[in-house]
Amino acid sequence: MSEPAVHRTVIIDESFRVHHLLDRESVLGPVMLSPLLIYLVALIGLPLVFVFIYAFSDATTGSDSFGFVGLQTFQTTLEDPVFRIALRNTVVFTVLAQLVVIVLATVLGFVLSADFRGKWFVRFLILLPWTTPVALSALAWLWMLDSLFSPFNWILGNLHVVDQGTPVAWLGQDSLAVGSVVALQAWRTLPLAAVILMAGLTSIPPELNEQAEVDGAGFWRRFFDITMPLLAPIMMVAILFGIVATFTDMAAVYILTRGGPGNATQVLGSWSFYTGIQGGSLAQGAAIGIFMFPVLLGVCILMLRRASQTEVV
Amino acid sequence: MAEVEVREIRKSFGGGNPAVDGISLTCKNGEYLVLLGPSGCGKTTLLRMIAGLEAPTGGDVLIGGKSVRALPPRARKIAMVFQSYALYPHKKVVQNISFPLEAQGMSAQERMEKVKWAAGLLGIDHLLQRKPRQLSGGERQRVALARALVREPQVFLLDEPLSNLDAKLRASARLELKQFQQRVGVSTIYVTHDQVEAMGLGDRIAVLNQGRLQQVGTPEEIYHHPANTFVATFVGSPPMNLLERDGKLIGFRPENIRLEKNAGSRDDATVFRGHVLRVENLGSDRYVYLRVKDAHGDTNVIAKFAIAEPLEFSNDEDADLVIRNRNINFFDRDSGQKAAA
Repeated sequence: MSEPAVHRTVIIDESFRVHHLLDRESVLGPVMLSPLLIYLVALIGLPLVFVFIYAFSDATTGSDSFGFVGLQTFQTTLEDPVFRIALRNTVVFTVLAQLVVIVLATVLGFVLSADFRGKWFVRFLILLPWTTPVALSALAWLWMLDSLFSPFNWILGNLHVVDQGTPVAWLGQDSLAVGSVVALQAWRTLPLAAVILMAGLTSIPPELNEQAEVDGAGFWRRFFDITMPLLAPIMMVAILFGIVATFTDMAAVYILTRGGPGNATQVLGSWSFYTGIQGGSLAQGAAIGIFMFPVLLGVCILMLRRASQTEVV
Repeated sequence: MAEVEVREIRKSFGGGNPAVDGISLTCKNGEYLVLLGPSGCGKTTLLRMIAGLEAPTGGDVLIGGKSVRALPPRARKIAMVFQSYALYPHKKVVQNISFPLEAQGMSAQERMEKVKWAAGLLGIDHLLQRKPRQLSGGERQRVALARALVREPQVFLLDEPLSNLDAKLRASARLELKQFQQRVGVSTIYVTHDQVEAMGLGDRIAVLNQGRLQQVGTPEEIYHHPANTFVATFVGSPPMNLLERDGKLIGFRPENIRLEKNAGSRDDATVFRGHVLRVENLGSDRYVYLRVKDAHGDTNVIAKFAIAEPLEFSNDEDADLVIRNRNINFFDRDSGQKAAA
C-alpha cells in the first residue's frame, strides 16, 4: 500500500507550478467554461429572473416604487384584446413561416449537398440571409416592400399584373402585411434549416438510395419512403430552431410594420416591447413576454423527445 | 435466371486511368462468377455498371441477351447486396424484405406470402418484427439476402458481402451463401478482394487489375495455371514464387517445393541452390524462408510444408529446392504473360 502514497506526493509537488495546474482537467475545465458561464448568467439568466419578478409586480419605468401584486398583471394582460391578437399572430406567423421553411429547406438541402459547377456561389447565396443581422435585412425588406419604391411593384407594374398608377401597399393592407412578415421570417430562418438538412442528407448513406433504386423504387417512393423518414429527426431540430427564432422575434415586426396596420401584425415580442419599454409598464411587458416561456418550453421538450425516439442511421 | 454479359465495357471518372478499361465477360446461366482483384481494380465499378448505378463510358451490358444500357436499375430485374447490407434502418425486417414487392405494386397478401417464403428459406422467420439495429452481422446478411431473393431476380449482384463480418463468422457465412445460391440457382456475380473467398465460392473467377481483365477460369485453372505474374502472385497465400532463369520467369507454388541436401540434376524436376533464412511454425503449416540466387541476383522464396512432414533443415543451412517440372509455370520476363517452357 506504500506505492500509491509515493505517487500522490509527486503529483502534489508538481501541481504547485501554474502550467501543470492547467494540465488538470478539474482546473482547466472551469477556467475554459467561465466566460460562457458569465455570459449566460449576466445576459440571459439575470434578465430572465427579473422578468419573472417584474411580472408579479406593478413596476413601471417612470418610478422606482415596487410592489408585489400577485397575478393581477397577468389578469390585465389576458383581458387586453391586443395581447390576444399578438398571441394569435405569433402562433400563426410561426406556423406559416415554418411550413414554408420545411418545404424550401428540403429543396435547398438537396441543392446544397448536390455536386455541380459553381456550387460554391449557390451555397454562398443560400447562406447570405443568415449572415446578415435581422435589423439590417429587415431594413432592406422595408425598402423592397415600400409602396412607392418597391421593386416588386415595379416588376408587377411592368408585367401589367397591377396598375402602375395604384401601387400595392405591401405593408398597408392587413393580409399583405401578414404575408410580408411571414415571408421575412421564412427568408431569414431558411438558411440555417437548409444547412441542417444538408447535414442530415449527407449523413444518410448513399447505398440506401441505391439499394432502393435496385429494389425497384422510383424517385418519389425513394424520397417519401427512405429519405424523408431518415431525415425526420434532424428536420425536427431544424424546425425547432426556426420556431424558437420566429416565436421570440420582435425586430422583424418592429422594423417592417411596427405591428400595424392597426395591430394586424402585432406579435408577443413587439407588443411586449411597446407595452413594457415604450409604454413604460415594465410589469405588463414582462407578463406578456412570459407567455412565450411555457409555449417554447413545451415545444422544446416535445420535439427533442420525438427526435431522440426516432431511428437514426 | 439469365446470362449476364459485358462487352468492351469501359468507365472513366475523368482524368487519370479509366476505372474499367474495356472488359468483356460472361456470367452463364446459374453460374457463380467471382470478380477478384485488389482494391481500386475496378471490380465494384464493373458491378455497379451491371446494376445500372453507374453509366458506362463505352461498351454494353446485356442481361438475358438484351442490352440494358438504357434501362434504369429498377427495370433490370437484378438484386444487389451491398457491402454494408444497406438495410433500411427505420423499417422492420419484414418491411425491409417486402420493400421491393411494394415497389412492384404487389398486393399486401401476396407480399406476406413471399416474405414468409424468403424468410423461411433463410431461417429468419423469428426476426421479422425486429429493426435492423437489433440484428447481428450474420442476421443482417440473411435479411439482405432475403430482400434480394424475394423478387425472384434474374441476377444476384453481391458486393463484398462478407467483409463486414468477423473472421469467425466468415467461414460459416461463406457456406451459407454457397448453399443458398445452389438452392435458388440464380446467376450470381460476386465481388471480393479476398482470394480465399473467391477460390471457395466461385464456379469461375475473373481476376481484375487496373481496370483490365487478367484471367477468367475455374479456381483450379486460376491457381495452377495463372495467365500472368499478377494472377500468380495475387492468388494463393503465400503467393507463387518467381525466379528468373534463362531469360524466363519460373513460377512455382510454395507447397510444390521439396528440400534436399545435394540434389543432383534431374530430368523430371528443376533444381535451385538455396539457403534457409528462417523456419516459421504456424501450427498446421511450416513456412521456410529461403534465399535463392537466380539471374536477377538474390531472390526470396517461401516454401510451405505440412507440420506432419518431417523437416531436416533449420536456420542458416544450405538446401536445394527441387520442383517437379509439371508444377512449374513459365512467364515472359518482360510482359509477365504465360510463356512456353
